[in-house]
Amino acid sequence: MPSISRDEVAHLARLARLAVTEDELDLFAGQLDVILQSVARVGEVASQDVPPTSHAVPLTNVFREDVVRPGLTQQQALSGAPAAEDGRFRVPRILGEEQ
Amino acid sequence: MSDLIRQTAAELAAKIAAREVSSVEVTQAHLDRITAVDPAVHAFLHVDAEGALAAARKVDEDIAQGHVASPLAGVPLALKDVLTTQDMPTTCGSKMLEGWVPPYDATVTRRLREAGVIILGKTNMDEFAMGSSTENSAYGPTRNPWDLDRIPGGSGGGSSAALAAFEAPLAIGTDTGGSIRQPGAVTGTVGVKPTYGGVSRYGLVAFSSSLDQAGPCARTVLDAALLHEVIAGHDPLDSTSIDQPVPAVVAAARAGAAGDLSGVKVGVVREFRGEGYQPGVVAAFDTAVDQLRKLGAEVVEVSCPSFTLALPAYYLIAPSECSSNLARFDAMRYGLRVGEGDAALSAEQVMSLTREAGFGPEVKRRVILGTYALSAGYYDAYYGSAQKVRTLISRDFAAAYEQVDVLVAPTTPTTAFPIGERVGDPMQMYLADLCTIPSNLAGNAAMSVPCGLSEEDGLPVGFQIMAPALADDRMYRVAAAYEVARDAAAGGALIHRVPELEASAR
Repeated sequence: MPSISRDEVAHLARLARLAVTEDELDLFAGQLDVILQSVARVGEVASQDVPPTSHAVPLTNVFREDVVRPGLTQQQALSGAPAAEDGRFRVPRILGEEQ
Repeated sequence: MSDLIRQTAAELAAKIAAREVSSVEVTQAHLDRITAVDPAVHAFLHVDAEGALAAARKVDEDIAQGHVASPLAGVPLALKDVLTTQDMPTTCGSKMLEGWVPPYDATVTRRLREAGVIILGKTNMDEFAMGSSTENSAYGPTRNPWDLDRIPGGSGGGSSAALAAFEAPLAIGTDTGGSIRQPGAVTGTVGVKPTYGGVSRYGLVAFSSSLDQAGPCARTVLDAALLHEVIAGHDPLDSTSIDQPVPAVVAAARAGAAGDLSGVKVGVVREFRGEGYQPGVVAAFDTAVDQLRKLGAEVVEVSCPSFTLALPAYYLIAPSECSSNLARFDAMRYGLRVGEGDAALSAEQVMSLTREAGFGPEVKRRVILGTYALSAGYYDAYYGSAQKVRTLISRDFAAAYEQVDVLVAPTTPTTAFPIGERVGDPMQMYLADLCTIPSNLAGNAAMSVPCGLSEEDGLPVGFQIMAPALADDRMYRVAAAYEVARDAAAGGALIHRVPELEASAR
């Protein structure tokens, strides 16, 4: 009994913005099913009254004085941009035809 | 082979500081070695000969004027390609970042430069540090110098192979589930995961932020300790950086080398042996434990029952964090963009096409798995339970450290496996991290030190030592004492039994 279907994997890939191929869906669905069945053992502790740990060390807010520090220049910030124009990141259209 | 490349970092640094040899000569010897053997090993993704020689000249000039920047000044190093460098590409082994030159240095990079350590280049790795064999690199696998048909471990296989091939005496790795220790184990080198927060993550391209930790890799325990003290320490640029003094690991390594472990209590983790463990690995491990006893340590068996749930918990937590962290690769501000110039494509389509083209299969699997584990309806069963396991593992460690000073176990259940053997079976690949993961989940310090060769295949075995958080010095003391006894028993350093690599013609 698979715990994850091919359709579910396709849905998750869309959520994760991965334009996966049909072949990848076949491959990943099988592999993810094996992985999920192996990791499902964590469910053994689901009913136990144990606090969750999200981080190895306790996290606290870290503050500093509100003073100006050097940061990246505009040129540095844009240095890795796939496309730039007028000192800004140039991106593809963000709205669809009907919007 | 030049005599210079066979020496330890500590020896080289002393000779450079005493001006018996120049940093330029040492650096050139290693660059020559890389030219000769890296076509076969493929430890490096990028070599910066000019930059390295310029940095070496600067160190030599400073020393001529009486200024020695650090105990490692002038010594060359191989830097894992997941730490940012302003003057070299940082690809993380991914097509997504091919050719990307970051606009800033990681704190680790900056500290290395300030210490006068010479960065030779950037080492190969599993894509975004996801893997245990370096086969997930988009730029082809790295080969194990002990047997070129086998894996050098992962994700830091480039760093471990560079050490075992004598291409560099020092390297930097990062360890999220074992990516420093497991490569160290399978290449007969030393790999240390410091206490989480001990080394700054600023400029370490994030995979799983609550687990990622950079650390030193070397051929001897003392060299690892010297490098540890160079890169460790509080950093205001990393909110998880620990604002406390760095444990005195160099002093501990020197004290340990005296060879007396009386008064030290060592716990052998009961759960990490049995089915799935290669007999030669268990035999080498048991011999090392006997050696600790002879050095005066008291050895007891300790049970950590929750450790058997560490692997499943890790493969939920790490993919969950990675699915979030890797959302930054969106084709907008840096890195790859597919579909540029096609006006019909929306930003969202460009994003999906880019991530499809830029990520390899293991990254995609983990992003999808993490997206699933964090979905409403599955969150409690998977991610929530994994977080509970994390608490139970920390409790097992705490209980163990009430009885013993350090815990020991094999670093990984088998020796280096053949390239290609596990690529089609992700779950088999994940088992390589079985024994290293608990220390990532709990955040304590852990290291791998070589403990001989497995009797079946003559390949190196790793001995893992785990210490409480911020007690990194304890494991260095034990490791240094063991290393001296191991080499005395074997009549020489283990690493010098690595087969001579044939220099390839250019």
